[in-house]
Amino acid sequence: MEWLKSRPIFWQNGLIESIGIPRIIIAGFLVFLFVLAVVLKMDLTFLISDSLVRIGMNGLLVLAMVPTITCGAGLNFALPVGILCGLVGGVVSMSLNLRGWVGFGTAALLGIVLAWILGYVYALLLDKVQGQEMMVGTYVGFSMVAGMCIFWLAAPIKNPAMVFAIGGQGLRYTLTLENYYCKLLNHFLEIKLWGITIPTGLLMFFGLGCALMHFFLKTRVGRAMAAAGSNPLFAKSSGVNLNAMRHLGVVISTVLGAIGILAYAQSYGFLQLYTAPLYMAFPAVASILIGGASLQKASISQVVIGTILFQTLLTIALPVTQTVLSGADVSEIARMIISNGMILYALTRGERRR
Amino acid sequence: MKRGGVEVRSFGYFLQLRTGVFSRSMVPAFFAVLCIIGVVVAKLDLNYLINEIFTRLGRNTFLVLSLLIPVVAGLGLNFGIVIGAMAGQIALVIVTHYRIEGLTGLAVAMLIALPLAVLFGWLTGLVLNKAKGREMVTGMILGFFANGLYQLIFLVLVGTVIPMNNPTLLLPSGIGIRNTVDLIGVANALDRALDGIWDGLIMFDLGPIPVGPWRIPLGTWLVTGLLCGGISFLMKTRLGQQMRAVGEDGHIASVAGIPVNRIRITAIVYSTVLAAWGQLIFLQNIGTLNTYNSHEQIGMFSIAALLVGGASTRKAGIGNAILGVFLFHTLFVVSPLAGQAVFGIPQIGEYFRVFLAYGVIAVALVLHAWQNRLPAKG
Repeated sequence: MEWLKSRPIFWQNGLIESIGIPRIIIAGFLVFLFVLAVVLKMDLTFLISDSLVRIGMNGLLVLAMVPTITCGAGLNFALPVGILCGLVGGVVSMSLNLRGWVGFGTAALLGIVLAWILGYVYALLLDKVQGQEMMVGTYVGFSMVAGMCIFWLAAPIKNPAMVFAIGGQGLRYTLTLENYYCKLLNHFLEIKLWGITIPTGLLMFFGLGCALMHFFLKTRVGRAMAAAGSNPLFAKSSGVNLNAMRHLGVVISTVLGAIGILAYAQSYGFLQLYTAPLYMAFPAVASILIGGASLQKASISQVVIGTILFQTLLTIALPVTQTVLSGADVSEIARMIISNGMILYALTRGERRR
Repeated sequence: MKRGGVEVRSFGYFLQLRTGVFSRSMVPAFFAVLCIIGVVVAKLDLNYLINEIFTRLGRNTFLVLSLLIPVVAGLGLNFGIVIGAMAGQIALVIVTHYRIEGLTGLAVAMLIALPLAVLFGWLTGLVLNKAKGREMVTGMILGFFANGLYQLIFLVLVGTVIPMNNPTLLLPSGIGIRNTVDLIGVANALDRALDGIWDGLIMFDLGPIPVGPWRIPLGTWLVTGLLCGGISFLMKTRLGQQMRAVGEDGHIASVAGIPVNRIRITAIVYSTVLAAWGQLIFLQNIGTLNTYNSHEQIGMFSIAALLVGGASTRKAGIGNAILGVFLFHTLFVVSPLAGQAVFGIPQIGEYFRVFLAYGVIAVALVLHAWQNRLPAKG
């Protein structure tokens, strides 16, 4: 480090500082894996296609972190709340036997309505616990997931394709979306280029979300929200209603969680119920932090960069390490170490007050 | 007028005291009612329940007690005890590998776990000192992070980088520790350590009512009792007083010349070491080590138990720990059976108890954050 700092070429323009050391390490690791994949003569087109799908799948869930960070509520560890709303939407639309775009649309609409309501309730709770949002959010998310497990078991749904084959009561652990809206977005305008399959619809959906968020942050309300997050005293003196802005940020984040899980599920092909959403906030949190966000500040470009870096890394790590280490699954371990290490880095970096 | 003023103030004080006692006993009371309803609904055999609770009091109390010291030192609930548990499990794998058995095996495991836990605790303390004000979330993430490293060591490095040749411990491929390790060597070593004096068995007939068989894990209860005494003693020493001062107000403590950061690290080290030993006691009772799962739930269940016992993130005592283990684990035994009896689906009860564990922690955290904000508002 000292050596680097003494070289003006590296430091003068703040190049390394602006990119951020963790991002350099992770990008370096990614390049290393790609080189390894080439050396091992692995199918690169397949790896890239897979990465593109994973980026599109997870993008909106990562984007859901932006509004809460912007409005000053920090990382949204209660993302499962929104995810559960999306899942309820998906389950209801499925039980009504709605397929294709209608099915996806209904699921998303229901998810949005539910997420709007629950997000608002959660935002009211957060008003009381300012400063402890992350810990409270984590456990609110956990207990919601556990509570919903009971709901899935007791849900009054009789569609035999959805309930347990034995007993006829309780939804299955995973509901297959085949014949409903499986890979609906992925196959929309799908392009094959040099052997790489580009899930255009899915990436466009993610892009649309990012664009809408970008324009929202440029509006008067968006700017007021950012001001409330970055400088509450100034915002208050300019007549911004701090609480309303925080509520709005949390609600948007929860809604994005709901839509995000549906985009994720249609690509994955299954609605995952019960304990599956328990830890879903953590990869999203890690992604945006890898993109260079802090607990106080995040941007759309950080969402995109973070998602690309993290998801590509995870997608490539599995086949590459499996080839090298003959079968041992290191990708799950790598995911745990990288994502949690990244969150730790952000938590211990201290507050940069401006 | 003056007299009136005093009266008003003392009335307010009286009210505060009342609400304090009320809110503190509220949570245990709620869970006690829940337990009683569960026992009645499930039509549970009381002898079975009591025996089960005796076992679980021995199994879990030591771990729950390991949470107390950081609470006193103002670090909140130490979600990092998972890391201590990992130290304990590493020691157990070593002891099992070298086939050191019985009470000696357990003692050797404790000795091996000690330096590991001190090191882990010290590192945890360093990290937590960099994240003042959000120790709990940092501790939790640190636990997840450490779990990744733990899996890296036990799944990938053992058998490749770390030479080990033991077919009973390793996976068939020769790389990585098996998912379950039979701890037959140290199973019940502490529970049955005092069998020479009394085997702890209670069984007699009270007229027509059969009482028992209840079996008290005497050795474990004794060690847990010793730990209770040890913690009470520690709190009376200079170190304990310093911890309390740091917990009350870190700033004032540092002005008074107390090395705040060092005291905080010491508290975490104590907690981590106790958690490592607690995990050893827990596992010698269970008898098998789930290499990749045993430690994961420990943090959550121990913390939930402590909170059920009426503790908060800033105030917790030995009484809270014991009462909490009693109530939480009664519910743990009862809820699947109650779920079966009421809904005909045992899973409902199982999910219900997980929901309770998470819910209790969530509610406690909300209440804690809420109370912390009140004086700032007023």
